[in-house]
Amino acid sequence: MNIMSATNKATADQKAIGWDGRTLVEMITESERLFADTGRYWGIEDLSIKDKDPIKYEKIWSRLRGGLVGARETALNISASPIVREIGELCFGLYTPEGDSISLSTGIMAHIHTMSEALKHIVRADYESNPGIEDGDIFVNNDPQLGDVHNADVQEFVPIFWEGELIAWAAGVTHEIDVGAPQPCGMPVGTVNRYEDGFILSCEKVGSSDRLHRDYEHRSESATRMPFYWVLDEKCRIAGCHMIRNTVLRLIQEEGIDTYKTFIREVIEDTRHAFVNRIKEMLVPGVYRSPSFMDVPHAGDKGVMPDYAAVDSLMNCPLELSIDEHGSFDIDIDGANKWGYHSFNCTPSGIQGGLWVTLCQTLIPNDKVNDGAYLATTFNTPYGTWSNPDNLSVSNTLSWMFLIPCFTGLVHSLNRGFCGRGYLEEIIAAYPFTGNITQGGGINHHGHDGSWSNFEHSCSGVSARWAWDGETSCAAVWNPEGDMGDVEAWEIIEPALYLGRNIRPNSGGFGKFRGGSAFESVRMVYGTDRQLLYHARDGHVHQCSGIFGGYPGSTGYRHTIKNTDMKERIEKRLPYPVQDVDSENSQISANINADETFDRRLYHYPDPHGEYDLYLSQICGGHGLGDVLERRAEMVAEDINTGHLLERYAGSHGVVGSRVEDGDWTVDATATDTLRDEKRQQRLAQSQSVEEWMDSQRDRAASLDYNVPVRKMHRESCELSEKWLNNYRSFWNLGDDWQPPTA
Amino acid sequence: MPDYDKATIGQLIDGTLPWPELKDMMSNFKDTDRFDKYVEILQDRMTWDDQILLPLGPHLFIVLKDDGSIVTKSTSGFEFGDYRENWKLKARIFVRDSDEKYREIYPKLMHADPEWMEMREFYDPIDGTLLEVEAVPPGYPIVHSFEPDLEAFYTKWLGRSFPPTKN
Repeated sequence: MNIMSATNKATADQKAIGWDGRTLVEMITESERLFADTGRYWGIEDLSIKDKDPIKYEKIWSRLRGGLVGARETALNISASPIVREIGELCFGLYTPEGDSISLSTGIMAHIHTMSEALKHIVRADYESNPGIEDGDIFVNNDPQLGDVHNADVQEFVPIFWEGELIAWAAGVTHEIDVGAPQPCGMPVGTVNRYEDGFILSCEKVGSSDRLHRDYEHRSESATRMPFYWVLDEKCRIAGCHMIRNTVLRLIQEEGIDTYKTFIREVIEDTRHAFVNRIKEMLVPGVYRSPSFMDVPHAGDKGVMPDYAAVDSLMNCPLELSIDEHGSFDIDIDGANKWGYHSFNCTPSGIQGGLWVTLCQTLIPNDKVNDGAYLATTFNTPYGTWSNPDNLSVSNTLSWMFLIPCFTGLVHSLNRGFCGRGYLEEIIAAYPFTGNITQGGGINHHGHDGSWSNFEHSCSGVSARWAWDGETSCAAVWNPEGDMGDVEAWEIIEPALYLGRNIRPNSGGFGKFRGGSAFESVRMVYGTDRQLLYHARDGHVHQCSGIFGGYPGSTGYRHTIKNTDMKERIEKRLPYPVQDVDSENSQISANINADETFDRRLYHYPDPHGEYDLYLSQICGGHGLGDVLERRAEMVAEDINTGHLLERYAGSHGVVGSRVEDGDWTVDATATDTLRDEKRQQRLAQSQSVEEWMDSQRDRAASLDYNVPVRKMHRESCELSEKWLNNYRSFWNLGDDWQPPTA
Repeated sequence: MPDYDKATIGQLIDGTLPWPELKDMMSNFKDTDRFDKYVEILQDRMTWDDQILLPLGPHLFIVLKDDGSIVTKSTSGFEFGDYRENWKLKARIFVRDSDEKYREIYPKLMHADPEWMEMREFYDPIDGTLLEVEAVPPGYPIVHSFEPDLEAFYTKWLGRSFPPTKN
């Protein structure tokens, strides 16, 4: 039953929709004043419901959370997109009238605070006056400048009223297959500004009386290449929001509006308080630092991108976490470098998305997650950097590309705190990047102008934990319920047949415990001669380090395979490639005649492919933990025998063994002990003191004698941050007058 | 609130705790005396007597010495100097800054381009243990990964004196 019409008793003369006759602007102003004055949400001193009747408190919480999870599990069946149905790229949330998160469903939790930012924009911009906020309205947003990560994530908002007062917002988000950008797919690479990002909806009112406006329906159907998926995703979000609305209204009917109003504020303050206690319980006060990086190799795209954008860049995220004696949790990326004419810029709202999804899976892995935790944290995104551009026309279509590695620094920082306290079961060597992202578009195998974004990268390898190897092809940081999806489902949309999916050896980082391996897919363009294909993952840099001596997972490479003899191989039933396995002994190359090239340019302008061309996608493996020479030799043998490690890399682990004819590879224990002793001695012999090394590097550091992207990164970081400049000068002992050379 | 014995914590440190118990430990509330049991176990395993104040990793610890100084020390017994300084500056360093050096660890094209990134390995100067790997662009200042506020930790969070009384 739709409860809206039965309970909405707004009077004609009641202008303001906030509580007690106030406007929403007045409410948010008062909320923020009270928090600034008291440090507590709405200045709440006592948790009256929890203290007096904790069972009731938990019951109300469970009703709301259950309603949200139920909405997600039900509504996703309305969608036709495998990204939503199979991978689960959706999430629902409940918000206060001012836009503060109360509770959220499972799913892509990154969006809990990004949707909060969008709602706060609606409140602060006084939508209450214009265009008005009424029962039955529907708002939609995918504008990262207002509250989102990128425009592929489309958010729907439905206001919930009780007797004329706005008492909550229901919100839902899904990830779209296509965003109507000049380049097909949901997350285009090679865009240089916002005007190439595609269909952007900036917190627009698109429906009334629980129905979408006809003009908006027509616009959205014509604005993207895959309107079928867009429309059904939108109906999925709206249905979920209406289910949430029913849950809230039924709860109020049973518990009373006063109890509801008290609860939604107290549960946020309760969570804020619990977050501070959790910090003190699990971590150690101090300053933690862990940087991450991303390559943007667009110099190879000269001729297809504008000259000013076709340059190589290196992005720097020098994450610093400070925790003081009171349990503060202050994150700062001062020293980050400049935004660029590429798809990978971020906004402060997007940063909050990354923070949320990281905290939910590390420090607060429980169901009581809401904006209370946000209120207990701060995040400095320096103006002018990639995280907070001073140019509002920058492109954001792939903000996640650097947002993901950025927060590896937070996980590594937490690891050091967990290690100090002995909570070793919580340690994980951060997480790998969730790539390669396979995307494409053009005339598809159905003869239509199509577009696609494959999400099998939702199953990256998991990084090593304190004393356990990472899981193989298992998860994505942005969706704890990640799933690679069935190849048959992808092949319905994508004109690229799967020839094989296999574990990729050496993809996980080495260590005493290794990162989980990733898989690779070999695809063949089929049914069309006009497909643009992308890659998206790290090629020139490891985006972060391992931990405690572990190595980072491998980078990827692009193996372009065009003008193949696949048609003939299929007709004559000849062997064809189903896996690549080894870059130095490619099984693709061994089983095909084609024009092949290898390079590291895994972020590139879309590349035209024809029928029977092949495409290799290598998903990222996890990072390692601990000294590789301490890995148990029998684990190395098992890795070799199960396809996780190329045999020639046993020696890198200091392990000696051999294969008995066609049988398993086995360890020679005595020779292994000897080799490991030798390798430790070799380490000491080939290394030098840090002082000697710095002396040898100082001249290069002073003149920034590095390649173009590294030199540009150093210069930008020094120009944007006095603190970073002084740190660079101090570390290399360059003197107070040193300035980065401009040439 | 769970209460684990030292044998269980020892298994956790060693990675021999069976998965069902480990999973329960991850899902349960945290045991408030973990720090003390953990440090006691580690202390018993060391070949030296300096008091462990804070573990920094599998092989690194902040310790209180008899002379009252507080330093970073490794399992091998190497002392890296005052705990407030970056211990990496006293380690041995080896930098993978060429394809040839990267290929000892990664297959061709599955490692960073050495023009874009170098891999710094920090070794224990006594026994050659690999203590940390730092993958950063050339010229990047060595990262000081963790500066604990030991005084606040001991006095405000643990409610103890700082420096603590030598055991």
